[in-house]
Amino acid sequence: MANALIEKLVALIRETASSLPDDVLKALRAAARKEEKGSSAAVVLKTILDNCALAKKQGTPLCQDTGTLTFFVDERLRRKVTPAVLKKAVALATARGYLRKNCIDSVTGKSYDDNCAEGAPVVHYTVPRAVLGRGVSKPSLPAPRAGTHRGTESPAVTLILKGGGSENMSRQYSLPDAMLGAGRDLAGVRKCVLDAVQKIQGYGCAPGILGVCIGGDRATGYEVAKEQLLRPLDEKGSGMPRQECRGPVAMVGGPVVVGEAGDATLLSRLEKNLLSEANTLGIGPMGLGGKTTLLGVKVASRPRVPASFFVTIAYMCWACRRRTIVV
Amino acid sequence: MTKISYPFTEKAVRALKAGEAVEITGRIYTGRDKFHKFFADGGELPVDFTDGALYHCGPVCVNVVPRCVPARGAGQPSLPAAGETHRGTEEWRVVSAGPTTSVRENPYEPAFIAKSGVRVIIGKGGMDAATLAAMKKHGCVYVQAVGGAGALYADSVKTVAGVSLLKAFGAAEAVWHFDVENFRGVVAMDAHGRSLFAEVEKSSGAKLSPLFTSTRQKS
Repeated sequence: MANALIEKLVALIRETASSLPDDVLKALRAAARKEEKGSSAAVVLKTILDNCALAKKQGTPLCQDTGTLTFFVDERLRRKVTPAVLKKAVALATARGYLRKNCIDSVTGKSYDDNCAEGAPVVHYTVPRAVLGRGVSKPSLPAPRAGTHRGTESPAVTLILKGGGSENMSRQYSLPDAMLGAGRDLAGVRKCVLDAVQKIQGYGCAPGILGVCIGGDRATGYEVAKEQLLRPLDEKGSGMPRQECRGPVAMVGGPVVVGEAGDATLLSRLEKNLLSEANTLGIGPMGLGGKTTLLGVKVASRPRVPASFFVTIAYMCWACRRRTIVV
Repeated sequence: MTKISYPFTEKAVRALKAGEAVEITGRIYTGRDKFHKFFADGGELPVDFTDGALYHCGPVCVNVVPRCVPARGAGQPSLPAAGETHRGTEEWRVVSAGPTTSVRENPYEPAFIAKSGVRVIIGKGGMDAATLAAMKKHGCVYVQAVGGAGALYADSVKTVAGVSLLKAFGAAEAVWHFDVENFRGVVAMDAHGRSLFAEVEKSSGAKLSPLFTSTRQKS
């Protein structure tokens, strides 16, 4: 039994590293159709799509930076899918070449050749909203989707791989920001996001995806912003996060909820506006100019204390590798 | 799509314009952080870069059939580095070979271009004004490879003809001798002082200002 579970997790790791989710591929194809034939942008997007097809066919990593592994495990699987089990799967996947030796001790500089160490892989145990049954604003919840955590009723494990090039581009603003002329409102948030897009250019391997958290403390901001990257790009308009988080955050602030349905509509509109505005900047794939700079923007909010107002942006490259399996 | 192949002559390289898509065929050498530091510290170049290409890349290579024979390709102009030869080089297969970020080599690249005779630098994200000036002076271009496309680039490597400084630098930092076919990229910095990165940064900044000053309330 244990072995079957580990093999299943190894398969999840291999598939996540070698093939992009359908929604991301769809967005990349749509972007390719928009660019002029023969332009740098068209060449870059074609190269990306050819690469994805080849990697999927071979089952090899589509990008050599197989990134930080973050698992989101359904709370109900806590006893079955333990960190020890996940480490076994990661070590096995690494030994088989599905993952690069990609884990360095920050003090000694030595490599953890099996990609396993204290805190690696990152594991979050989460409670799906459907199970928790509170803080859910019914009208704004999108229809269930196959293959995504949100739509699955059975306990699931989600994995996301995020490479260093994109992680280096993530950033956090503190409002008000005098340089940007950004105040403590959604107009100020908008300025932060657009400024980030212009500063990041194509360096995080554009076209990318932004996960944004408005508010929270600094740590929560980054966590929630990154969680937004789990949301499918083609979900029906909602700014709702996929699930609630337990752990230190919940202990301090109570259940983490995004707010009421009205907020969700507001955030959904903000997402759409930010995406279209960012794509007017002309930065394009790999920053060589073009129509598609971002594939998506996903925004959530968290309460803040009166003294703080953070806007946190998690940048994800086009190689947005995420996948969910039911265990 | 312009096809260029090794050896890359000054004339061929100077004919390339920023924004032009290229396919590279022939010998390219990888070299990244340790290689550049080694060069700056006075290390002898392990291969001849004259009319050659340098690829900022830390590939994932796996041993396939260990062979105790020199793995030099025919006519390969490489010279063994001090204390290292190609002896004992084994047969390698490239699993993933996408570009790494080039900016880290900014401090070293102008001198490298001047001294090595390199004509094509392949990487990701572009390089600084000093490097651009050195490219203009000596006749060299910067080709942007697509970040993340590791599988496709590995596939374009038809032969691993050898490797230098493997022991000294480790597999990710070693100087790999790749024979590639139709390696895709875009000339992002040309030998006439044009850099797409600088241009896009400027134009996107110019487009951002009116968005910031617009009184239009978003959301």
